[in-house]
Amino acid sequence: MPAQHHILSVLVENKFGVLSRVAGLFARRGFNIVSLAVSPTEDERFSRMTIVVDADSAPLEQITKQLNKLIPVLKIAELHSDEAVERELMLVTVKATPELRSQITELASIFQARIDDVGYDALTIQVAGAPQKLDAMTDLLQPFGIIELQRTGRIALPLLARRPAKLRSVKSGGA
Amino acid sequence: MQLTGAQALIKSLEMEGTEVMFGLPGGAILPVYDPLIDSSIRHILVRHEQGAGHMAEGYAHATGRPGVAMVTSGPAATNIVTPLADAYMDSIPLVVITGQVPYAVIGTDAFQECDTVGITMPVTKHNWLITDASEVPRVVREAFHVATTGRPGPVLIDMPKDVSNQMMTWNWPDGVDLPGYKPNTKGHAKQIKDAARLMGEAKRPVIYAGGGILKARAAEALRALVDATGIPVVTTLMARGAFPDDHELCLGLPGMHGNYTAITSMQQSDLLIALGSRFDDRVTGKVAAFAPGAKIIPVDIDPAELGKVRRPDVPIVGDCRLVIEELVKAVKADQNKRDWPSLDDWHRQLKEWQHTYPLTYEQYEDGPLKPQFVVDMLRDHTPDDTIVASGVGQHQMWTAQRWKFNHPYTFVNSGGLGTMGFAVPAAIGAKVGKPERMVWAVDGDGCFQMTAQELVTASSERIPVKIAILNNAYLGMVRQWQELFYEERYSEVYLSPDLPDYVKWAEAMGCVGFRVDNPDDVVTTIEKANEIDDRPVVIDFRTDYREKVYPMVASGTSNDDVILDPAHDTHGAR
Repeated sequence: MPAQHHILSVLVENKFGVLSRVAGLFARRGFNIVSLAVSPTEDERFSRMTIVVDADSAPLEQITKQLNKLIPVLKIAELHSDEAVERELMLVTVKATPELRSQITELASIFQARIDDVGYDALTIQVAGAPQKLDAMTDLLQPFGIIELQRTGRIALPLLARRPAKLRSVKSGGA
Repeated sequence: MQLTGAQALIKSLEMEGTEVMFGLPGGAILPVYDPLIDSSIRHILVRHEQGAGHMAEGYAHATGRPGVAMVTSGPAATNIVTPLADAYMDSIPLVVITGQVPYAVIGTDAFQECDTVGITMPVTKHNWLITDASEVPRVVREAFHVATTGRPGPVLIDMPKDVSNQMMTWNWPDGVDLPGYKPNTKGHAKQIKDAARLMGEAKRPVIYAGGGILKARAAEALRALVDATGIPVVTTLMARGAFPDDHELCLGLPGMHGNYTAITSMQQSDLLIALGSRFDDRVTGKVAAFAPGAKIIPVDIDPAELGKVRRPDVPIVGDCRLVIEELVKAVKADQNKRDWPSLDDWHRQLKEWQHTYPLTYEQYEDGPLKPQFVVDMLRDHTPDDTIVASGVGQHQMWTAQRWKFNHPYTFVNSGGLGTMGFAVPAAIGAKVGKPERMVWAVDGDGCFQMTAQELVTASSERIPVKIAILNNAYLGMVRQWQELFYEERYSEVYLSPDLPDYVKWAEAMGCVGFRVDNPDDVVTTIEKANEIDDRPVVIDFRTDYREKVYPMVASGTSNDDVILDPAHDTHGAR
């Protein structure tokens, strides 16, 4: 992922029109969206949007501040790639004549991808993972001939903090 | 208590303290106009929905209370989009209610249907489509809360006709619960301390006061800050009156048509204290060349304004009044600890500029009537606390430059959006809010023709506003740009002084009409107009079309390149 992309995890009220408010804000302020994924959270009153933004189009600070002004936006977290679990799902239909089919399924198994549909001369493969993995899979499938490809856009959550548990001192010390 | 959605809406408006609303009924909003008959709310029936919106803005400008407007669906809703956009740019609290086709038929291209919530999303602070009558009291409470708190702004409630007719059980909520909306009003203590420290080191500081001062009711606090520091103040178009022009430290209007001293003081400054101002392009000129040596202390309730245009040194998020009050304390504490440098040299320099580069024009005894002369005579022959509204263009700039605004909330105009036609309805709204005050509109002939029909509203409602048209028969500001930047190729700017006949038009609308083309008649006619208090007055001042607004900083150029009036030498004498 180029460094100028930022991932924003945006908690919003789960009401109609909220997506339109967010998308409209990006459009009128000239901020570019690279990808966007929206779904309800564990609490059905809220949805989480994972927005990958092109920070070349505007300073990230201005984007988050403007987003924050939207009334249904509750919380915005910027996730750095090295501090987040990022996943994306891809469906890809690739040409697969019977002679080539085994090569492709082998490739799929290396990527822990699943064959979701089989035709006479094509396969549809499902692969999930970090965006880089999907990029790599796409590159490797290219020579076979990609017929159609669809990616979901990434979703992300912060990495869990794993600090060692503090040892309680046996005796409470002075001062 | 069982009420219809419509009854609940009117009752909710009453609960929010609405005394007056501006509007025009139609199909989808009909159910809401019925309970209005029995309400304590005064309704002013406008002639065009745009007028309702601008009147609500004028009312809000003058009173500080939210302006309320109500119109029907479709074309009425689109007609009020301009005032919404205007209020959004200038942070004016408005609550606009639109009728909508029945919820059951939304999306079917029904008669007078349009996607009002979608259309107004970019020009409102927030908007709501009510889907069930039980939501009405909560939404109205939220709407007033959002419009008036934080950075104020317009909100819109879209009310489908079937929801208006639906029964609900009345229940007024105790408060609002908006988890995503918690404006931060109190400034950060350490930042305020740092700001005071910077102020105590500056040799050429300037307070860059913006409209946020007025929105935060912070004029007194600003006065205290100036008293404590001796720092001079420029007042932007949206802040004229926030600091009295009579004060010796008031430098007046900065920006594209500001005076030389106000512009240059900012350029030469080593510290700009930007209070509720947003570094608008009309103030900064070319941003890269704006106040190059100045550190910046911006104070704004909207965090997104800090650093939007210019990188701040000590940004402070908070309500201007609260922050300035804390700043005054921090300044006094800092002054007790150490000596602040004297600003005498700076004050002397400013005085020298003011003396060398005054605003200039010349009214010859038998020459054509100068627009600046008309503005000066209006200024000098009206009460000190007169409320002045203006439209957009040359007349607006002359008014902003030349009027003495010594009281807050006396200048009502369209700053950010630059809406021609703002003056007449805004003046009417201001007069409704402040009936005891004299209200004049200084308007242009181009602007006047856009919204003049609201004088019918003013006549029928007995709202005695006074309109001075600076009639130069041109779209004057456009003509000025064509003269200066398009080689005097005048494209579509001539309007004619006599068509329409403004006096007859005024009389047809129930106003008194006067015409003045001789300098000798200016004062006597103004005095005649001042005495009329039972109907609106319109004066058609025939002014010299060749007159241009100076000083000027051409669009996109540096504020170092102030163009002074070439008709006068730099010492202001011919």
